[in-house]
Amino acid sequence: MSERFVVPRRAFLRGLNLAIGGLALGIVFPAEAQKPPSEPAKPPAPATPSGSQAADEPGLRPNVFVHVAPDGTVTIVCHRSEMGQGIRSSLPVLIADELGAQMSRVKIVQADGDKAYGDQNTDGSNSIRGIHENMRKMGAAARMMLVAAAAKRWKVRPEDCVAKDHAVTHVPTGRSLGFGELALEAAKEKVPDPKDVVLRPWSELPNVGKDLPLLDGPAYVTGQAVFGADVKLPGMLTAVIARPPVVGGKVVRFDAKRALAVPGVRHVVEMPTPEPPWRFQPWGGIAVVADHTWAAMRGRAALDVTWDHGPNATYDSDRYREQLSKSVSVPGQVARKLGDVEAALKSAARIVEAEYHVPHLPHLPMEPPVAVAHVQGDRCEIWAPTQNPQAAQTEVGRALGIEPEKVRVHVTFLGGGFGRKSKPDFCAEAALLSKKLGVPVRVQFTRADDVRHDYVNTVSVNRLTAGLDANGRVTAWRHRTAFPSIASTFAESERPGYDDLQQGVLDLALAVPNVSAEIGDARSHTRIGWLRSVYNIFQAFSIGSFIDEIAQAKNADPLDVWLELIGPPRQLSLADLGIERLKNYGQPLDKHPVDAGRLRNVIERVARAARWDRRKQEGRALGLAAHRSFLSYTAVVASAVKRPDGKIWIDEMWMAFDAGTIVNADRVRSQLEGSAIFGMSLALFGGITMKGGAIEQDNFRGGGRIVRIREAPRRIHVDVVESTALPGGVGEPGVPPVAPAIANAVFALTGKRVRELPLVKSVEV
Amino acid sequence: MSIVVRVNGKEHRLDVDPEMPLLWVLRDVLGLTGTKYGCGEALCGACTVHLDGRVVRSCVTPISRAAGKEVTTIEGLSPDGSHPLQKAWVELGVPQCGFCQAGQIMTAAALLKKHPNPTDEQIDSSMAGNLCRCGTYGRIREAIKKAAGGAR
Repeated sequence: MSERFVVPRRAFLRGLNLAIGGLALGIVFPAEAQKPPSEPAKPPAPATPSGSQAADEPGLRPNVFVHVAPDGTVTIVCHRSEMGQGIRSSLPVLIADELGAQMSRVKIVQADGDKAYGDQNTDGSNSIRGIHENMRKMGAAARMMLVAAAAKRWKVRPEDCVAKDHAVTHVPTGRSLGFGELALEAAKEKVPDPKDVVLRPWSELPNVGKDLPLLDGPAYVTGQAVFGADVKLPGMLTAVIARPPVVGGKVVRFDAKRALAVPGVRHVVEMPTPEPPWRFQPWGGIAVVADHTWAAMRGRAALDVTWDHGPNATYDSDRYREQLSKSVSVPGQVARKLGDVEAALKSAARIVEAEYHVPHLPHLPMEPPVAVAHVQGDRCEIWAPTQNPQAAQTEVGRALGIEPEKVRVHVTFLGGGFGRKSKPDFCAEAALLSKKLGVPVRVQFTRADDVRHDYVNTVSVNRLTAGLDANGRVTAWRHRTAFPSIASTFAESERPGYDDLQQGVLDLALAVPNVSAEIGDARSHTRIGWLRSVYNIFQAFSIGSFIDEIAQAKNADPLDVWLELIGPPRQLSLADLGIERLKNYGQPLDKHPVDAGRLRNVIERVARAARWDRRKQEGRALGLAAHRSFLSYTAVVASAVKRPDGKIWIDEMWMAFDAGTIVNADRVRSQLEGSAIFGMSLALFGGITMKGGAIEQDNFRGGGRIVRIREAPRRIHVDVVESTALPGGVGEPGVPPVAPAIANAVFALTGKRVRELPLVKSVEV
Repeated sequence: MSIVVRVNGKEHRLDVDPEMPLLWVLRDVLGLTGTKYGCGEALCGACTVHLDGRVVRSCVTPISRAAGKEVTTIEGLSPDGSHPLQKAWVELGVPQCGFCQAGQIMTAAALLKKHPNPTDEQIDSSMAGNLCRCGTYGRIREAIKKAAGGAR
């Protein structure tokens, strides 16, 4: 841990309280507004400004992210949402380090939704990898202005001054002025043009790459952290909504009287029925609005709604799987082509072929979706655990018929997001109800609502075919994939798009002369969303399992086959990959190449850590898989054992992870540990099924079951590669290789090859 | 008829539906929002509190069952976040999203009262009712051992 971060515990806690206050700036009203609802309702105090809105405080403010006050306090705005990835303990550090600030004197403020910050969508493992340079420039601009002010005062050259430890020092004479002393003068300096901003070398950022403290830890462990449902406004009512169980369904009739007879229920409100495409629209249905949550839940139970389930009422996920299976049994649209795969398969000495299935998957954030809205005149305020406050502004604006700028979105802590809370449907529901009723309204999803009205991860069938020559060398690789795409939630869609295959299909490094990837037809009959690592989940499961099957067919060591198929260390061009273009998670290939060397490296490292070569003599059953996603590289080894009760337990896991340059080492490790459990839940238990168009699961059981502590591995070893490469993603890339590593370990233990998730359908886990 | 409950040492006289779960009394009536709603069916443990020192899932505990008893929530575990579990949780960076952690800590606090130096098996079986979607289980185990004064 960096010296600079070791502050006395009391000061540390004080600093954190400030930080909590900082977050609270956006979301909590002054003490008098916190009284129980029996107090007379007062109009809410104007929300305390955050970031860009506090423009009138004296001090240096070169941009909307940084403020240096005359007392030396540095305020840094975190404009991305905190959902467990530790972004508040990471992103602001980049700004502070560029500035030369001491973290103990930095206050973190959570941003409201505001275009002034640029994109705030906390998604795609993008917060560090996508904007690290911009964030550093924000801090560097402030540093340059402080240095300019000091140089002017001393009448020296700015090049002879350094900003460090919250002060500017003139190196030749040793004179020094604190940031606070310079703030007002610096504010008069010209804000440097972004292209003239000089960044420090990464190696001179003192905290970057270290184990940094968890900023919000004390707030979490004392119950003081404010999540979405913890926001309480004077006069606020709580709504629980009966939504159509089938996407596209409508209300036929309901019994408002019975609901209104429940003590505490105030209103029953019919919600507008959405029309496709679904996008982020509220789902329709009937809202029961009450004094408190319990009354709203009981009122909803009394509604007795009759539904017209509409055109998707025939959707049956088991039958749909057969349709997908047909899609991949015939040639599809070619998205990747090297050599002549059909000819190579014809002339192959041996064919290995397998079909893999991964069902719809739920998000299941521990905190079900929830939002508080207060509409006053033509303005609206929202408090919500949203991954994307600007999307919330847009959707709420659309629902209310007002400009997005008139919607103020305060971001609370998120009790998990995993992609569900990128969709602001629940914010718009609260806004519609607040507008209708003229009071602040909180919409609370129950757990059943969360499961049944999820934007589920898509369902897929993949068919992989390999041709081997007489020496067992793989000469042909064909990957057919069919899955309804996310795009179907936004527009008509018959099949995945070319760019959807960037997630593990187009960017798979292969040393195979004949390759094809083909897209099969797949229409959607439900709302498809994105779940942590998205399409990579089933692509990595299929590819990772298939490589193990090739090894089995060749009677070779899976480790050798992985390395043989990936080929020698090299960076693959579009031509090498046999593709026209690669979206590459929004980054150019020259900065973030498809690097076979990095993929090999994590595989070799994880194999060493897991003592792969000694597994047989030690009697251990291990499974290996690796995957590139979000510009990072992850390899996983899982160990499977049989418990005394005959059930299989994944007792230990090893992960090697290369995300290039990392910011907060401890949070990176925690994301990988969490990815292991997340991947394990979907590998063993996860699976949403639909009958009659409706989701069959409703809570943390059946296909909604997730790993409990008893089922968690005894140890998860995380090895993070030290690297100076540009930052890759962290939150998601740990997930994809977990499921295939587990399935391969189960094969090693039992000899049973499982080609569909969740494993619990096929083996005792 | 009002129900008398002591919450974190303070007596409350409540005029509520006796069937209302303790969770919603804590959150919606008393404003103690550290206790979380996660599933409503005692499947996830986010709502865990102590009733006369014993772990209960407040989402399925009617307030009538708490009548005349002492309820302890995360807000009452220690006055200033200084419970050994809270300290260990922060020092080991256990929380990710943090939502389940109050429930985890309340369950762990009851465990440590019963078994001041719990075995791995005791930890896993006591904590089995508390889900963490972020997957912080490994650090939860370590933090309980650290708080218990055991070796890491």
